This record gives sequence, structure tokens and C-alpha cells, in this order.
Amino acid sequence: MLQFSRSTIKRAIKPVVFVLSLVPFSLLVYAAVTDSLGANPVEALTHQTGLWGLYFLLITLSITPLKKITGMTWPVSLRRMLGLFAFFYACLHLTVYFWLDQSLLWQDIIEDIVKRPYITLGLSAWLLLLPLALTSNQFSMRLLKKNWKRLHRLVYIAALLVVVHFIWLVKADYTEPLMYLGILLFLLLTRTRIFKWST
Amino acid sequence: MLIKKPADIKSSEITDYADFKQRRYFIKQAALLGIGAGLGSLPLQSAAKNTDSRSRPLKPLLKTSYGQGLKQTSYDDITSYNNFYEFGTGKSDPADAAHNLKTRPWNIVVEGECEAPGEIGIEEILSGFVQEERIYRLRCVEAWAMVVPWVGFSLGDLLKRFKPTSRAKYVMFETLFDPDQMPGQLRNTLDWPYTEGLRMDEAMHPLALLSTGLYGEELPNQNGAPVRLVIPWKYGFKSIKSIVKIRFTETMPKTTWWQMQPKEYGFYANVNPQVDHPRWSQKKHRNIGEGIFSGKHETLMFNGYADEVAGLYKGMDLSKYF
Repeated sequence: MLQFSRSTIKRAIKPVVFVLSLVPFSLLVYAAVTDSLGANPVEALTHQTGLWGLYFLLITLSITPLKKITGMTWPVSLRRMLGLFAFFYACLHLTVYFWLDQSLLWQDIIEDIVKRPYITLGLSAWLLLLPLALTSNQFSMRLLKKNWKRLHRLVYIAALLVVVHFIWLVKADYTEPLMYLGILLFLLLTRTRIFKWST
Repeated sequence: MLIKKPADIKSSEITDYADFKQRRYFIKQAALLGIGAGLGSLPLQSAAKNTDSRSRPLKPLLKTSYGQGLKQTSYDDITSYNNFYEFGTGKSDPADAAHNLKTRPWNIVVEGECEAPGEIGIEEILSGFVQEERIYRLRCVEAWAMVVPWVGFSLGDLLKRFKPTSRAKYVMFETLFDPDQMPGQLRNTLDWPYTEGLRMDEAMHPLALLSTGLYGEELPNQNGAPVRLVIPWKYGFKSIKSIVKIRFTETMPKTTWWQMQPKEYGFYANVNPQVDHPRWSQKKHRNIGEGIFSGKHETLMFNGYADEVAGLYKGMDLSKYF
């Protein structure tokens, strides 16, 4: 049986998670190229990129509670990368919407953003994530000092907007987005004083 | 009655059936190789299904001039991308779950304001009326569209048999309610049974179709077998599926989506690019089967059937009666 030392695992975990995080993207590209996204490929790409953005956002937000509950610290080293993958899928989502769904017809896009609250919310969420992605480097952390942490609390608002964006576009079956809302609220509650695990 | 060929559809764009089959075969092979396995939420495999259940051709079939020249959506897309909440709210749920629906025996009860209420069985519907092929545009309220070669006959021909009285101002339709066969009904996503309705003059319009098949064969279950409505100038949700009851009424029937979200879905639900759904625009739609880079098309008033049906709504404020 293969045995890995603790340090090997520590060194390998980042590249492994990096590659795993690209799997949904690769499968979507493969499916798009081979025309196997079903009858409405643009809708499938829109939904899938949006869902994966939300998944990565929830995974990123679960790292702090995971540390609180289990005491595990190693996932913290993955947090920035996972957060950036959330932004990556959010960018793909936006690109699919602008380009494949709306064919870059800016008049239609602007009308959509102004008149459709769920689109307004989705775009707002992306705009909130943008500065977080841009300042996700050591240099910005040093530069912004205490304000960096304050700025990055915007992720909580962004995540809430993302889930409401999802709820708002559903026609009748709210099960799935409400499930994500539940998970998100739990993750946010663990950050409040109601939950006191240790340290 | 001839439906004009719209300028935006070229006949050269039609995928012939052999090409289409071959493409599906390749996708099936790829899926068998296990590419893309593991991530259940990716819709990779769905495209390879639903081609093996083709059966029961409807004969004799009277070809008509309806929709000649329109580019038809492929059989595979028409039967794998469905809104039929009785089998689940996902687009591929009906194709996955509808095989449990028993379509024989099948009776429609006809009641209400008529002189000859009664029942009619599916065999009589199939043999007692000339089955016509009519190619119609289908426009979903979700802003996508298909072109479907339906089989069926004018709804009015069936309704007349039951002799509606002068008090019959509307006609109401109901879908089967049986959660054993329709697992989506185990949840309260909609107020079951699904109910739809038409004004009497709409129902008697020759374009209003009672459909028994598509692509020359009996309806697949996921498309509303064994008998459904097709009202091509209205959003798709008006075209109720798997009908078991028809009732003539004096007052406007309380239809499912309208009752649930009166601000979003009206009783009339005529396709109208000038009246947006509150949450999305109705000006344009995406044609199913045109691929990733095709873009959208302008939606036509009454889905392109204005010449035939605009008269039914003369003098009505269509932004109020949407």
C-alpha cells in the first residue's frame, strides 16, 4: 500500500484541488464541443456555470466553520483558491449570458438588467465579488491592512444576493434554491455568537 | 389556410434524419466510454436518450399545408426537453419518468353545459376522426420555441359531438391526477389536477388542435399522451397534456398557472412580444436545436398566427387581458 507523509499530502493538496476545480469546466467545454448539452445548450451552460459558482462560494464559506468545528486548519490554505474559482465560474456565467444568451446586444442587456430584478441582483453579486478577486493577493493585504478583512466581508452579501437571484428566477419549484439558502444561512450563523465551539 | 414560411428559417439548415441519428450514436458511444461520468448534475447523458421508444405510427395520416417550409425541431429534442410538472420540474424529468403512465384504456369525460354529455375513449378518438399532420410553431412562456409536426384534428370537431348549449361560454380541460403514475404530483409544486381553459370561440377555431401524435406516430408519454391540446398562438402552458376531462362552463374556468401567479400568467396567455412576463422579456425567443451560437429570434404577434386569430380579440386591451 502506498503511504504518503503528512508533508507530501500538504504539498500535493493544492494542485490536486486546483485540477479538481477545473473538472466541471472541462466537462462543460467537452459537452459543448460534442453537442451533448441537451436540447437547449445555452440554458444548460447558463445553469451549470451559475450552479458551480454558487457551489464554490458555499465551499469557500464553509472553511471557517470547518476550522471552528473540527479544528482542522489545513483547508484554510485552500480558501483563496476556492474563492477565486467561485469568481471564475461567476465570470463564465456572466460571459455565457452576455455572449451566448444575449449575443452581445447591449440594448437588450441593459433593458434586462434594469427591468429584471433577478438579473440586477446577479450582476450586483458579481460586482461585489470583483474587488475581492482583485485584492486576493499578498500585496493588497499588506496595503489595505485592517480594511482588507472588512472589504472581504462583502462576500457574505454577495452570497446572499446569489441565492436570492436563484430563488427569484424559479417558476414553481423552490426546493433547490431554498436548500442553498438554508446551507448559506447555517454557514453565516456559525460566524455569529450563537455558535461558540472553541478557541 | 396557408402559413407563410418565415424568412429567418432556411431549408438548407434542416438536419436530415440520418445525420441526426449518427450524431446521437456518437454521443451515446462517448457516454458509454464513461466520459463525463461522476458529475450527476451535468446534463451530459440526456441527449442520448429517447430514441428507442418510437412506435405505433398513426394511419391513415392526412398531410396538410399547415406550416409547410418551417424547419422542424428534431424528434429527439421534442421528446427530451419538456415541461410536464406531473413528472417533475426538470426539463428531462418527463422523458425519464413518464414511462409509467398507462395510456390504455383512456377515457375523456365530457360534461357541463352540453346536450350530450358522456365519455369518449382513445380508440374512438383515433379512429373516429381523420388524423391530420399539422406543423405548428410552439412558443413557451420561458422564451424558447420549437416547430412540431403534430398529428391530430380540430378540437371543435370533437366538442361539437357533445352539443354544447348556448350557455357554454368557456371550455375547461383537466389532466389526469394519479400520483402513482405521475410522481411529480406527490409534491405540491402546482395545484393538481392541472387545469386549462379556452373561450368557446377560441376552442372552436380551426387552428386549435386536439393532438394524438407527432412525427407521424402516437404521442410519446412525455409529450402528453395519449391526447393533448395544441393552441399554437398561445404560450405552451395552455396546451394541456394527458386530458381526462372536458367541461363546458358559463364562467371563466380557474386555470392552474393563472390562479397561482395571476400577475405573471393570464387566462388568455396569447403570445405577445409587446407584453413582457414580469420576470423576463417576451420580445425574443431561442429556437431549440439551433446550437450554441445561433442567437435569438424576434417573437411574432400571436406566434405568427395573427392573420388567423387576431379577429378573436378585436377591441380587447391585450396588455390587460394577457
